[in-house]
Amino acid sequence: MGIRFVLMVNKQGQTRLAQYYEYLNLEERRTLEGEIVRKCLARTEQQCSFVEHRNYKVVYRRYASLFFLVGVDNEENELAILEFIHLLVETMDRHFGNVCELDIMFHLEKAHFMLEEMVMNGCIVETSKSNILSPIQLMDKAS
Amino acid sequence: MIRAIRACKTAAEERAVVRKECASIRAAISEDDPDYRHRNLAKLMFIHMLGYPTHFGQMECLKLIASPGFPEKRIGYLGLMLLLDERQEVLMLVTNSIKQDLNQTNQYIVGLALCALGNICSAEMARDLAPEVERLLQFRDPNVRKKAALCTIRIIKKVPDLAENFINPAAALLKEKHHGVLLTGVQLCTEICKVSTEALEHLRKKCIIGLVKVLRDLTNSPYAPEYDISGITDPFLHIRLLKLFHVLGHGDADASDTMSDILAQVATKTETNKNAGNAILYECVATILSIEDNGGLRVLAVNILGRFLSSRDNNIRYVALNMLMKAIALDSQAVQRHRATILECVKDPDASIRKRALELVYLLVNENNAKPLTKELVDYLEVSDPEFKGDLTAKICSIVEKFSPEKIWYIDQMVKVLSQAGNYVKDEVWHALIIVITNAPNLHGYTVRALYKALQTAGGQETLVRVAVWCIGEYGEMLVGNSGMLDVEERINVTEADAVDVIETAIRRHSSDLTTRAMCLVALLKLSSRYPSCTKRINDIILQQKGSLVLELQQRAIEFNSIIERHEKIRSALVERMPVLDEATYSGRRAGSVPAAVSTSQQALPKIPNGVAKPASAALVDLLDLSSDADQAPSSSGGDYLQDLLGVDLSPASQGTNQTEKRGADVLLDLLSIGAPPAQSSSSMLDMLSSGQDNKSAVGVLDNLASPSAPSAQASSPGASSSMMDLLDGFGPSPSVPVAETNGPTYPSIVAFESNSLKLTYKFSKEPGNPQTTIIEAQFVNKSTDTYSNFVFQAAVPKFLQLHMDPASGNTLPASGNGSITQKLRVSNSQHGKKSLVMRMRISYKANDKDVLEEGQVNNFPRAWQLVLSSFR
Repeated sequence: MGIRFVLMVNKQGQTRLAQYYEYLNLEERRTLEGEIVRKCLARTEQQCSFVEHRNYKVVYRRYASLFFLVGVDNEENELAILEFIHLLVETMDRHFGNVCELDIMFHLEKAHFMLEEMVMNGCIVETSKSNILSPIQLMDKAS
Repeated sequence: MIRAIRACKTAAEERAVVRKECASIRAAISEDDPDYRHRNLAKLMFIHMLGYPTHFGQMECLKLIASPGFPEKRIGYLGLMLLLDERQEVLMLVTNSIKQDLNQTNQYIVGLALCALGNICSAEMARDLAPEVERLLQFRDPNVRKKAALCTIRIIKKVPDLAENFINPAAALLKEKHHGVLLTGVQLCTEICKVSTEALEHLRKKCIIGLVKVLRDLTNSPYAPEYDISGITDPFLHIRLLKLFHVLGHGDADASDTMSDILAQVATKTETNKNAGNAILYECVATILSIEDNGGLRVLAVNILGRFLSSRDNNIRYVALNMLMKAIALDSQAVQRHRATILECVKDPDASIRKRALELVYLLVNENNAKPLTKELVDYLEVSDPEFKGDLTAKICSIVEKFSPEKIWYIDQMVKVLSQAGNYVKDEVWHALIIVITNAPNLHGYTVRALYKALQTAGGQETLVRVAVWCIGEYGEMLVGNSGMLDVEERINVTEADAVDVIETAIRRHSSDLTTRAMCLVALLKLSSRYPSCTKRINDIILQQKGSLVLELQQRAIEFNSIIERHEKIRSALVERMPVLDEATYSGRRAGSVPAAVSTSQQALPKIPNGVAKPASAALVDLLDLSSDADQAPSSSGGDYLQDLLGVDLSPASQGTNQTEKRGADVLLDLLSIGAPPAQSSSSMLDMLSSGQDNKSAVGVLDNLASPSAPSAQASSPGASSSMMDLLDGFGPSPSVPVAETNGPTYPSIVAFESNSLKLTYKFSKEPGNPQTTIIEAQFVNKSTDTYSNFVFQAAVPKFLQLHMDPASGNTLPASGNGSITQKLRVSNSQHGKKSLVMRMRISYKANDKDVLEEGQVNNFPRAWQLVLSSFR
């Protein structure tokens, strides 16, 4: 099980999307998010995209005002996770068309659906954009 | 709602909005309005994400899941995954709904149910639903198959027993063409191999050739737009396959052989100018390093890492360092080649890279390169970031400790580290340093001078100050005398006053903490005998601490002051050098559990946290090589350290009640072996004092006692404390002159003590019904021609006895037997019938305006009522 959590946080440190693949209670989640976000946001562009925090490695990437943070365990391939983040962003981009923070906020459930199609139980399920998006488009048509 | 929350400027506003929303959602839930249910749940998810409690929405999820429409189900499952977790009881209720959905024909609904199951399934659910999932692994739609595969991962993680049912279906997935299914299938196989060795064997035999073919096809495959990422076809699948190879090849030479060709191909052919390619290479290197030995491949792998390391991309360097840590275990020579680059990385501005590189360097160090590497690191310490210094010093210290070829080098490096970053050094480290110093007798002089020099330039480093102060205290005369000069040293001229200056600065510094100050005090005490010319000044410095707000320091200052002023003779013996501390026991203890180390190291090295009281007492105790129980006295308060010193046990109960002044009195009393009777502690002491002193204040008593004590100490211990020890040597088998008086059932009165000037008679009686208690009536008769004033009788008994003394009938004893003083003593023997009564006593009075002190010991009293008059002075 590689991925422990996926977080999207804006520049002010507010969480925009959070998905955990292991159990943490609310209190633990809040403190963890706080610590990690503080750590990552303080880093500069030149520094590498990996931060070690507690027993996690956090791989993060910044897109405009939004930070994508993925917590993984120590065995995981960091570069691959970086690639995965990019794939996630591209997928969202294709769906929303030039995705921005507001898209994710107002269509939180869709963002979750996409993530759900891509990651399940901490493992990557699907990496083809069209495969990921097809059920969501289907649902959009239905409603 | 989201807009409203976004508009909130402060957390308080946000909380208010959320509260309002929660209230309206609750209301909607109780109205049971199906139309808005899913919208409410979506809001709840948002609220949950912000970190507010949302448990009231859980039942809503269940209702939505049970509803027939797909959108409702969809959002219901999402809510289920987000708001619930496997530990909640509500989850049990959902099992049935999921089961129904798994049996639907609509692939999307099945997919949803699988997805939810994969994310939150608990062990019970895993058992209940495993057959359904197994069936779905062969479902016609690939999207369902891939989800079923991941669901299986969850199931076998929760219930490893179920793994064998899934081996064959999992292996079948490896033949798929669909990337998603293949990807998940490979992951599933990896997980199954981790939980079941049987599956591992099976896959090694059956599938490895197939897998190699899959990877080869993948590497050579033409452009596939679906899965292409920057020119490379599905790097994720690549990586997963390599991970599976990693598991399969680990510890199996045949399997490793089969895959080595393709690994070499991947390692050489992959594009390296894109991140995706590097990710594959990275994974490939990891696999090569973990499979069974293949020299050529390994060289290739380490070379790739070397290329990574010199890359300008921080991310790549980071992973390279990470991987080199694994490689070092296999082939440290190859990694050593990159040492210079790695050392550069330690100085990188990026904290993550620095940390990795430092750990790697730590692993790289061996006997041969310890010196240059340490030098590099120590040099870097000077310019490194403050937040990195802690880690860096810890690593340097541990390298130095582990690989130091000789003690002088160790001491040199440690002094350097302490003066660069003394504030970051952990306690164990400088404790260890002190131990090494004590164990290197030929380096004492060198060390103390080096520390003195370092202190001149880096006085702000707390631990440096501590070590230096300790060493100056111990080896002060070597500092001044330039003794034990090594060839490499320059001569320095330090006067005694300079050395005292250093300590005075340290004790006065505002930032010095309690431990440092206490150590300074001890050092000063020691110097007072090493530097006779500075005694006066040292005493002044100590006296200043009398006003300290910290009780510990204040008390210690008073005690040390009195040692310096009044006990000239024993001082030099008291403050002798510490015996060599035992390195082996210390390191053994350190290796043990942490709390044990803390408690035991107090003995090994008496300068330990919270042990501000300890240093002095334990040091002095060690000094006199007293029995170990002396320093085991819990929370030994300042007062009793001298008691311990002299082997007089006071029960801990009494220590707590003493106040400072009384403790001071104790010290002096005990110094003179008039220990207060154990159980009654200060009160009885005051009793007997007041009887003699007509209720003077405690301080008065102290003064009064103190004045006769000094001469007596001198009188009783001509020169060395050893004779004092003899004097105080407990109630042991001291040579006694049995004075057989009378035998018989009556309790005769006996002469307990007689000297040229004084006669003491004991009359015994027993309390009826209480054989343990003996009542003694002591009668004192003056045999001289002078009247005795300020007459005080004091007695001490060992622990198993309890002594209570009533006030004496007076404190003046008329001359020539013209009168007497009587005093009642009540002695309870807790070991009645087993041990005899014993008592020691001291009588002080003024005759002819001269203080007189007489002491004696009474042994072997009970049973036969034989009275023994022991030797006395």
